[in-house]
Amino acid sequence: MIKDDLVPQQRKLVSSYTLVDRIFRRVITTGGLFSLVVLGLIGAFLLYRGFEIFSDFGFSFITGEVWNIGDPMDTSTAVLGIGAMLMGSVITSVIAILIAVPCAIAVALFIEYYSPQRLRLILTAVLDLVAAIPSVIFGIWGYAVLLPIIEDWSVPLERWLDFIPIFSVPSGIFGRSPFLAGMLLALMVIPIVTSVAREVYSQAPRDLIDASFALGGTRWGAIRNVVIPFGRSGLVGGAMLGLGRALGETVAVYLTLNLVFDINFRILGSAGGNVASLIASKFGEATEYELKALMAAGLVLFLVTLMVNFVASFIVNRSSKII
Amino acid sequence: METPNLETKEVINSNIQMEPTVMNDTTRRNADNLEVKGESGLETRGVHAWFDKHHALADVSLHFPENTVTGLIGPSGCGKSTFLRLLNRMHEFIPKAAMAGQVLFEGNDIYADDVNAIDMRRRIGMVFQKPNPFPAMNIGENVVAGLKLSKIKSANKDEVIEDCLTRAGLWNEVKDRLKSPGGSLSGGQQQRLCIARSLALKPDVLLLDEPCSALDPGSTLRVEETIVQLSESMTIVIVTHNMQQAARVSDYCAFFLSDGGPGHLVEADLTTNIFSNPKDTRTADYVQGRFG
Amino acid sequence: MTTILDAVEVPAPKRPWNKKRQTFVRSAILVGISLAVSWVLSSVTELGGVLGFYLGLAVCLPVVVLFESIRHGRNIAIDRVASSVILAMFGAVIIPWISIVATVYQKGSKAFYWGYLTTDMRVTASGDALEFGGVLHAIVGTLILVLIASIISVPLGISAAIYVVEIKGRFASTVRFFTQAMSGVPSIVAGLFIYSTICVFFGGFSAWAGALAYSILMLPTVARTSEEVLKLVPDELRAASYALGASQARTVFQVVLPTIATGLVTSAILGIARVAGETAPLLLTASYFVATSRNVNEPIASLPIYIFSSLGLGDANATTRAWGGSLVLLIVVFVLFSIARGLSARLSRK
Repeated sequence: MIKDDLVPQQRKLVSSYTLVDRIFRRVITTGGLFSLVVLGLIGAFLLYRGFEIFSDFGFSFITGEVWNIGDPMDTSTAVLGIGAMLMGSVITSVIAILIAVPCAIAVALFIEYYSPQRLRLILTAVLDLVAAIPSVIFGIWGYAVLLPIIEDWSVPLERWLDFIPIFSVPSGIFGRSPFLAGMLLALMVIPIVTSVAREVYSQAPRDLIDASFALGGTRWGAIRNVVIPFGRSGLVGGAMLGLGRALGETVAVYLTLNLVFDINFRILGSAGGNVASLIASKFGEATEYELKALMAAGLVLFLVTLMVNFVASFIVNRSSKII
Repeated sequence: METPNLETKEVINSNIQMEPTVMNDTTRRNADNLEVKGESGLETRGVHAWFDKHHALADVSLHFPENTVTGLIGPSGCGKSTFLRLLNRMHEFIPKAAMAGQVLFEGNDIYADDVNAIDMRRRIGMVFQKPNPFPAMNIGENVVAGLKLSKIKSANKDEVIEDCLTRAGLWNEVKDRLKSPGGSLSGGQQQRLCIARSLALKPDVLLLDEPCSALDPGSTLRVEETIVQLSESMTIVIVTHNMQQAARVSDYCAFFLSDGGPGHLVEADLTTNIFSNPKDTRTADYVQGRFG
Repeated sequence: MTTILDAVEVPAPKRPWNKKRQTFVRSAILVGISLAVSWVLSSVTELGGVLGFYLGLAVCLPVVVLFESIRHGRNIAIDRVASSVILAMFGAVIIPWISIVATVYQKGSKAFYWGYLTTDMRVTASGDALEFGGVLHAIVGTLILVLIASIISVPLGISAAIYVVEIKGRFASTVRFFTQAMSGVPSIVAGLFIYSTICVFFGGFSAWAGALAYSILMLPTVARTSEEVLKLVPDELRAASYALGASQARTVFQVVLPTIATGLVTSAILGIARVAGETAPLLLTASYFVATSRNVNEPIASLPIYIFSSLGLGDANATTRAWGGSLVLLIVVFVLFSIARGLSARLSRK
């Protein structure tokens, strides 16, 4: 071992940048920090504009189910709460994820393990293209094509399953229901979840798959025992990314869900809403005070989606580090 | 169980004939105790292998006598592992792979139309170069993983686990921690776990693809001992880069070589003959370390 | 020298495990049986029409496969059932997607006439016949919005990427994290933010506001794609530049960026494709206008809002025009995406 006093002292390495570089670095750093600034500004401004609402209503803004402007001249008569809409966001998104995740697993497995090589490239491109289809087009199709189909299905579904409360619809009015919106959201979200799932499944350890076959297992045996457990955390991250997208979706839900201020768990019935479509629908004729409430609602939506996306990226990043 | 004396084995080797000894009970039975018709053991006839258009292996005809260890030796890249994978139909998982020739197991070509490859792989097992226990399962579950994958119901799982781990030479080391994860063992122990896992299916043949190349010398020795013991009840084919290992472990050796073209079989004989008086000069050059 | 190949006659390579014809016949029979059973089911129950039929197929196929496979052993039976379930689910997902594209084409093309792309809705009432009016104002509006948004977000996005990859400053991981978080901002929140600042301050809706809302949504895409492309540049290239005495600024602008210029263009195009179809932010910022306008201080038309507001008008012709607008928008987005993919394929081939 080298004696301590023989080890030389480390020299400080100083490199100073030229003027050009210093300017360059400052400019780029400013540009880079822009996204932080903007995010902060969004939160700050929405809070600033909506603050009055939070101080007037407190927590009941989030839980209250009534949205009544009351007398436009007298703001004290207003009762505003986004509880129904928040619940609606949750309900439609949960339906969407429950449908999307199994489908995404199936599609990802199909692309990676069942389809021939040439088809794989085409399917991946198709997946990207569908992810790019604007939500207004999903919305118009959902309204024109999917709505009549879901209406047709809801009648027998309700008849057979009405012993389960969420499927019974006493009003008998089907149509623009949370179920329809959820289905449509699922179709929009599947490409996102599938891309993440496919990425993870393609990196499943080949040697474990080989071992599985060498032990007399089938293709499904290898998938079930190696690929799916391996991809579990990546899939959760992908599902959360999809959840974030579903929570913030405006137009598609607006066109396929009848806005009613009432928490509606009867998913086949024509009532519901979500926070984003609330903002879109009330914006046009909102009073000054109501606008502030919409800002407050926007802040809530912003924070919720931010949180979901934080958790999602954390999970996705962590799962890719394990790989 | 006492460990076999490897030197004794070399003495026995020199007395073994090329043909299997005929026992008193001439009805041959396989692992499920069903009567085996036709020739026993494993045999290839004129086998070729391609990766897409690349001709990797040419015209290998080899007979593996029952309950012996055959070592496949030769420099790297001459098709030994490819050949091994042809024996249990793992070669076909590589996209655009192709083959020609016959691989006969108990007299039937395993590539025939009516053969169920999945069932066949239970009778011809494989252990890979890098130990690959299933990380999501514990040691006990790993051993019976093959049974689970093949959906074979076993009456007494614990008995099977103990039996296989004992035959693999691992029981004493892990009997107190069967519930710990498969990945918590050392490299040599993991490899023996993989061997135990293959044994649970009661194969007639066990294929080992350079099983010790990722292990330290101590673990290597223990795995070699296990292989020699196992050869009393099954046919073993082992690919190895290590000539000394081939000399220690195998009864027969087959020397593969590639001269720029596809890999092919140069010479196959008793191990003692391969090492002391090979018939082909290339074999002599290789075993004396002049290349490889 | 003689090789083994000279001594031996080489047989033709075969793939005896590929039982294509056998599998095909078997699958066809199974699908046929399932089709028959589901046809019966859908006529008997009320689960309607074509989709009820598909639902029946999706249920019958695994059951039929199960029965057929049981004699091969549980192992194989489960494998085959799993394959048929996965195939059925795959079809269940692909069919609606195909339907979307097909419906947009089928209904949208009804709105097309020779002047559709060159007329706006200035003098056309919603109920007027389909040979009047068009989508020009929407196309021009979207172009303007996207152009301004690109001018703002592309430099900022590339800056963020340069900061993370080249400068690797103290905040690099924070910047990356927040840029990723920004991609999760709902589009309506971006619109609400711009409304609450720009529109309220300057009074009124404008194309500026719409473009700014768009740039919030575009920036994360540009930044992320640019970052990926920047990482592809090998360090040796940078080292060579520094060794020649170049400053970091010069290295970045004259060596690194030109190497991946195509990639940066791709990231811009992907960003544009991402925002061109966004409706919600424009509802609150750029609003809508029926005439073709290049005035950025006033409300402006755009393809998504054109579609949305036409739908809201209610009458049949307006709805058809909405489909027409959808067709135009879909084509625009698909073309942009294909260009981006083509460019990135060329980049990776280099």
